[in-house]
Amino acid sequence: MTYKPGDRVRVLPSDKPGHVRTPGYLRGKAGWVESVIGAYPNPEDLAYGLSGLPQHYLFKVGFRQADLWDDYEGPAEDRLCADVYEHWLEPGDGGTT
Amino acid sequence: MSDHHPHEETTTSPYAARIKAIEALLVEKGVLTEPEVQDGISYMEARSPANGAKLVARAWIDDEFKTLLLSDAKAAASELGMEPEHPAEFIVVENTPLVHNLIVCTLCSCYPRAILGRPPDWYKSFEYRSRAVREPRSVMREFGFEPPEDVEILVHDSTADARYMVLPMRPPGTEDLVEVELARLVTRDSLVGVSVPQASEMTRGT
Repeated sequence: MTYKPGDRVRVLPSDKPGHVRTPGYLRGKAGWVESVIGAYPNPEDLAYGLSGLPQHYLFKVGFRQADLWDDYEGPAEDRLCADVYEHWLEPGDGGTT
Repeated sequence: MSDHHPHEETTTSPYAARIKAIEALLVEKGVLTEPEVQDGISYMEARSPANGAKLVARAWIDDEFKTLLLSDAKAAASELGMEPEHPAEFIVVENTPLVHNLIVCTLCSCYPRAILGRPPDWYKSFEYRSRAVREPRSVMREFGFEPPEDVEILVHDSTADARYMVLPMRPPGTEDLVEVELARLVTRDSLVGVSVPQASEMTRGT
């Protein structure tokens, strides 16, 4: 697998059409790998009756809310985690630690 | 935001009619059978937030069980006689004096159904799904919970193959309660994280 916990990553700014599991508000945003959830058939293929194989690694990715929303209402420490597949990530160095 | 209005259907809604038509077609085409539909309904009805409350109450009184619940939630659920079989992972996240967790699925309405049954209507609403990630503190306030400023809010957007449940903190003043009494304090909303269990829930006779 490409990433390990603690690695800085960025969500691809892609606007791939169809069934995707990476919400729009995270596209292009920088965060870090919190943990590795596992490897699963790719749901973006399963949705169209394909096998989803080979399995893809799924990562729990952490973000600072202040990096997601310019006008975030709460303290700078507030976080958000989302589960993002490996093919939606690239190495990144931005974001607040 | 919260939906405490009862939703009694007195007439068949267009959505219900559409579902019935699709079901009839699937049966006619041999994709589904009536017993399979009934099994599906029974499966869902056998699951409820009471399962989550049992897991939480046991974790509050048994540290070893709590460790298992946080590391392998399916194994913990099996230990209490639940049937957590589901292809998705089941992950329990712990509230602490420093971190409060909130669960949402912005893409659809992913929810640990194998344990808790059907999600509440508000969980599936566009309003909750869009606002929980953007203004979680305001959302919690509307549910009657004021998260302290010095507690970090951690939102989990269950976008893929994991389903999340919150392990709330045991409320103060519950030291004398036994497990079954503790379980009664654990509301469905506190398992999603929009609120926290209150010791006073005991007197409401839920």
